[in-house]
Amino acid sequence: MNYGVDEHGFYGEFGGAFIPEMLWANVEELRSKYLDIMYSDSFQKAFKDLLQHYVGRPTPLYYAERLSAKYQTKIYLKREDLCHTGAHKVNNTIGQILMAKRLGKKRIIAETGAGQHGVATATVCALMGLPCIVYMGAVDIERQAPNVARMKMLGAEVRAAESGSKTLKDATNEAIRDWINHPEDTHYIIGSVVGPHPYPDMVARFQSVISEEMKWQLKQVEGREHPDYILACVGGGSNAAGAFYHYIDDERVQLIAAEAAGLGVDSGETAATSAIGTNGIIHGSRTLLMQTEDGQIVEPYSISAGLDYPGIGPMHADLISRGRAKAYSITDAEALESTLELSRLEGIIPALETSHAFACLPKMDLKPDEILIINLSGRGDKDLNTYMTAFEL
Amino acid sequence: MNRIDALFQSDQKNLLNIYFTAGFPERDSTLKIIQELDNAGVDLIEIGMPYSDPLADGPTIQESGSMALKNGFTLDLLFEQLQQVRSITNKPLILMGYLNQLMQYGLEAFCQQAQACGIDGLIIPDMPLDLYAHQYQSIIEAHGLHSIFLITPRTPDARIRKVDTLSKGFIYMVADSSITGKKGGISEKQVEYFERINAMNLNTPRLIGFGISDHATFSTACNYAQGAIIGSAFIRHLDAGNVVADFVKMVRGE
Ligand SMILES: Cc1ncc(COP(=O)(O)O)c(C=O)c1O
Repeated sequence: MNYGVDEHGFYGEFGGAFIPEMLWANVEELRSKYLDIMYSDSFQKAFKDLLQHYVGRPTPLYYAERLSAKYQTKIYLKREDLCHTGAHKVNNTIGQILMAKRLGKKRIIAETGAGQHGVATATVCALMGLPCIVYMGAVDIERQAPNVARMKMLGAEVRAAESGSKTLKDATNEAIRDWINHPEDTHYIIGSVVGPHPYPDMVARFQSVISEEMKWQLKQVEGREHPDYILACVGGGSNAAGAFYHYIDDERVQLIAAEAAGLGVDSGETAATSAIGTNGIIHGSRTLLMQTEDGQIVEPYSISAGLDYPGIGPMHADLISRGRAKAYSITDAEALESTLELSRLEGIIPALETSHAFACLPKMDLKPDEILIINLSGRGDKDLNTYMTAFEL
Repeated sequence: MNRIDALFQSDQKNLLNIYFTAGFPERDSTLKIIQELDNAGVDLIEIGMPYSDPLADGPTIQESGSMALKNGFTLDLLFEQLQQVRSITNKPLILMGYLNQLMQYGLEAFCQQAQACGIDGLIIPDMPLDLYAHQYQSIIEAHGLHSIFLITPRTPDARIRKVDTLSKGFIYMVADSSITGKKGGISEKQVEYFERINAMNLNTPRLIGFGISDHATFSTACNYAQGAIIGSAFIRHLDAGNVVADFVKMVRGE
């Protein structure tokens, strides 16, 4: 199984590597080596070892009894929030830091939105003793202050992206420019299934440990490997890619992607890419993105910094366009409501990004004997400031 | 004959290609700047199409583009402005922008408009070589447009040979591993790279760009190629409200 990506890095019509020549050598080096490195015995051993002993995998597959009772169905939560650093992002950064070492790179750069990927990158850089520079939109630096502090404690330098909308898109532009200026010694750890080939495929493979575990965990409790639904939020789409990965070719499983609608899909203040996006190019990848008729990329909006991105990984553009995955648009208000619901029913405070996945539940037509897995991509500590304001705590 | 080819066949040395951003500093300054560049004796004029996310460009060019977009720049407006351009200059004119802009405008429609205005070439830095050969080349060439491709110090020889066959008019030789707008002189390492490329005896002529900003860097670059390209330094000059002709004189060392 190749899960849809062809040798040129396309998922159907989406993907590829639309990059200026200044990036070509970097990307080509990675493209020509990533699979050989990833599937070498020594890499696999080191990767699995760190996932188990450092990240704390496998993460539990937890039966959410009270939430299930409320929605009259069977709901399991894949507890990525229990990963070290508090989100799924670390699965990818562990993989990529091992990749960077094998490529002989001495300096790490990353972009971050919510700061979760920045923290996960700063963490693995501390672990491996490599210098780390994280680009973060100036607006996000404001709204995710605890994560900025974490990155600094871990020894990373946080650089503010002051261009454009000063959020994730612009942080990504700045990271790419840094890579152009430091082509030889630097590895760019992208935080989602976005960017030029091979990034979407490589990140999806690192995150695929999520669905790999789901299969045997569900088998243990339900006697079958496949649920009826898998729900995940989609910013760029890495936690969704990991949760969907081993089920993509299993049509019995309905894949549900929750996108951030911000103030509403038609409000002009949204990040619901698959709802209002069109085919175009962003960050080196042909995918669905929010843009003007003239091809200028539109500045997105979501209360959740990790979903505040005008594009979507090419794999998801393909899955959604051909109807394999279904996208729901979730507003800020709906996400906030789900945050409280999960907190009160299960004693779990989710990240704002993750709440978008839970907010699909009231919109779905569920039956009592159906099995759902919701990918609980991260915990809510980083969002406390937002929650304190929203819930007047 | 395409004006770019005619220029290079004339065997002139020290060719000066100036880049500026359309719609900057004012929405309607495009033609005025072209006129002034022509009067000042530049050899080629590169018109940047402002883009929200110009990956290959540094802050100077990005900011000029953002300003142009705020000024209300659109591709339709640009083509409207350029309708009269051939009455004011006979210099080769090149459009520079990103592939998404062409995709959304429609490649065919874009090429038709460009041809109708008398454009000679396109520089689309994120156009993949393979895809160009398979999908885009025939349409672009059918409209008399040259596609100009880039090479960098890290482009392997085999790929340079491929660029040599695909790039028409000239090859845009990126002087350094960097985005646009870097300041400072030309290092020995860069000179080694220029010499390495010269020794390859390519069929296509070359212009050197990125980091060329003044007389010293321009004349060094001209020792290793038919000429050079200046962008960010010119934008900074415009931004400071200076006269176009003074910049060209400074670069030429006059
Ligand atoms: C907890 C959490 N979930 C989801 C996301 C969205 O990213 P992706 O779509 O790549 O999973 C983020 C991004 O910061 C996050 O922190």
